[in-house]
Amino acid sequence: MAIHLTPKELERELRERSPESERLIRSLYNCDRRHFLKVSAKFAAMAAAAGAVMPHAFQLVEVAHAATTPGAAPEVAFRFAYVSDTHLYARGMTHRFAKAALKAVQDVNALDPQPDFVLFGGDLAQLGRADELGLGQQILKELRAPAKMMVGEHDWYFDMGEKWREMFGPDRYSFDHKGVHFVTLNSVVEKDFWTAKGYTPEQRMAIVAGLDDGRQSRFEVGEEQRDWLRQDLAKVDKKTPVIVFSHSPLYHYYEPWNFWTVDAAEVQALLFPFASATVIHGHTHQLLTNRIKNIAFHGLLSTAWPWPYAPTGLPKLTLQMDRPDPFDQFDGCGDGTLDVLKGGHVDAHYNLWDRNPVTVSYAELVKGIQGGGPSY
Amino acid sequence: MTSLRVLGVITALGLAAAAALHAGARLVSDREASPAAAAPADGFTTRTVYACDHRKAVVVEGARAGERLPPAKAQRVADLLTDLMRFCNEEVTAHISTTDVVTLSVNGLPFVEYVPGGPLPVELVKGKSDYTDRDRQIWKAELDKLVKEGDRLFHNDELGTNGLACAMCHPNASNTHPETYPKFQIEMKNVALLRDMVNWCIQNPLEGKKLADDDPRLRSLEAYILSQRTGVALAPGKH
Repeated sequence: MAIHLTPKELERELRERSPESERLIRSLYNCDRRHFLKVSAKFAAMAAAAGAVMPHAFQLVEVAHAATTPGAAPEVAFRFAYVSDTHLYARGMTHRFAKAALKAVQDVNALDPQPDFVLFGGDLAQLGRADELGLGQQILKELRAPAKMMVGEHDWYFDMGEKWREMFGPDRYSFDHKGVHFVTLNSVVEKDFWTAKGYTPEQRMAIVAGLDDGRQSRFEVGEEQRDWLRQDLAKVDKKTPVIVFSHSPLYHYYEPWNFWTVDAAEVQALLFPFASATVIHGHTHQLLTNRIKNIAFHGLLSTAWPWPYAPTGLPKLTLQMDRPDPFDQFDGCGDGTLDVLKGGHVDAHYNLWDRNPVTVSYAELVKGIQGGGPSY
Repeated sequence: MTSLRVLGVITALGLAAAAALHAGARLVSDREASPAAAAPADGFTTRTVYACDHRKAVVVEGARAGERLPPAKAQRVADLLTDLMRFCNEEVTAHISTTDVVTLSVNGLPFVEYVPGGPLPVELVKGKSDYTDRDRQIWKAELDKLVKEGDRLFHNDELGTNGLACAMCHPNASNTHPETYPKFQIEMKNVALLRDMVNWCIQNPLEGKKLADDDPRLRSLEAYILSQRTGVALAPGKH
C-alpha cells in the first residue's frame, strides 16, 4: 500500500485532530484484514465529512455499492468464493506461484461466514503435468468449503485432459444450488493444430501456454458441447437464474490472446431466453466486466500474475485496475467472492492483494455506467 | 641464311599476312554481308546495350544494331555495365569508342572520362555512392535476426530459474513501455534505462542472474522490446 505518511506521523496528525482517530490507528497494529478494512472505511467517511482529500490508498474504491442507502441493498441469497489461474509449477511450496495459491486458500478459509462453495477458475497447472495438478489438488484440499473445479487450457493440452478428468471428474457438468442452475463448461476447446505438424505433447502444451503464440487455435465451446448445453438448459425453467462457469470469456474481447470464444454468439443465444444469466470466467487475469443483453460477464483475478488490458476490445463497462506494480509480486493478483442475489444476479467482489477491494455490483451494471480508465 | 630458308620465312610471313588479311577479311566480309555495310567502321554508327536494371546504358561506337559484337568488345561492354551497376543506382550513360576510351555521364551531367576498374570520376549529389536494394535487404535481415533472438529469449524461461518468462506478464511485449525510459525508478532509487528494468525483471520475478551490459542476450531483448513499439513517440520520464 502506498502510504504517504509514516504511521507515527499519521498518529501525531490525528491525535491533534481527534482522540477517536488515534484509538482507531492504534487498533490497526496487528489487526486482521477485515478490521483494517473497517477502519479504513471509517477514515474514508471521516475524510469525506471533513471535505479532506485522502491519499488514494485510503479510499475504498467501489462501483457504487448499493449498500450506501440502507434498505435499498439487494438481498444476498448466498455467496461463493473463487481461486483462479494458479499456474502451478511442481517446484515445491517455496515457488512463488505455490505460495500465492496457498495465500488465496487462506483468504477463502478466513471468510466468515464460509462461502457455500469455492469455484476454481481454471489453469491449476502451468504445463499440464501430473505433478503440477497434484500440487494444486494438495493446496486446494486445504479449503474448508467444497471446491467446484473448472478446467483451463494449461490443464488440458499436455494429455488432453486425461489426468484432469481422473483427478477432478468431468470437464463439463451442471448442478443446482439454492434455486440457481449452475453450468460448468470446458470453453478452451481448440481445433487440432498439432497433428499435422507432428508436435509432441510437450510442444503442444508449450504452444498453448504461450498467450501470444499464434500457432494454437482460438478457443471454442464446440458444436458437441453446445448441443449438450442446449439439452441441459432445455430442462431448466426460463425464470430460473443461470450462472455459467467458463474459462474463456464467452464473448469476443481480444483474439490474438485468446481472450475470445469463437462460438460465443451461439452460446450466448442459449442464455438469452433466461430471466437472469451470468458468466463467471477465468483466463484474463484482470478486473473485467461486460454485459450483453441479459448476460453479465465477470472475469476472475489470477493468483499467479496479472495481465495488461488488451490494446483493443476492452468492454466499456470494465473499471480498469491501475497498472500493477512490478516491484510487488502480489499486486494485480488476488481472489474474491461472488454474492448471488435474490433473483440470481451477481455482485462480484474482487479481493485485490495489496490494493483496496473492488465491488462490481449488478445494480450499477444495469445502469450501464461506463467503467473508468487507470487513475494516471 | 640459305635462299630456301629466306623463302620459307617469306612464305611464313606471307601466310601469316594472308591469315591476318583473311581474318580481317572475315570481319570485313561480315560487315559486307549486311545491307548498309559499304561504309567502314566509324564513330558515328552506334548501338546501345542496356543493363538489366535499365538504368545503365553503354553506347558502343562503331557497332551496329542487329550485329553481334566481337567477343573482346562484348566482354569490355559487359564489364563496364557491371562496374556501373555495382557503383550506384543512378542513371548512367557511357560511351565506349572504337579505341576503347570510355566516357560517361551520370544523371545527365557532362561526360567525363572513366578508366575502367577505377573509381567513378563523378561526385554524386548525395555526396557518396548510393545504397542498393540488396544492401537494405542485408541490413533488414541482420536486424530481424537480432529481434528474432530477443523474441525467443523473451518467450523462453532460460533467463530465470523458476520457470517464468517475460512474455507471461508481457504478451507481445505489451506493458513494457520502452519509450518511457530513462526514468527515475523509485524502487531502484535511481534513474533506470530500459535494460536496467529488463535486468531487474530477470533478477526478481524470473529469479535469474542479471545480464552484463554488453551481453548479446540483453541487446537482443532490447531490440525485440523496442521493435514491438514501432511508431510510438518517445516519452522519457513518463510514469
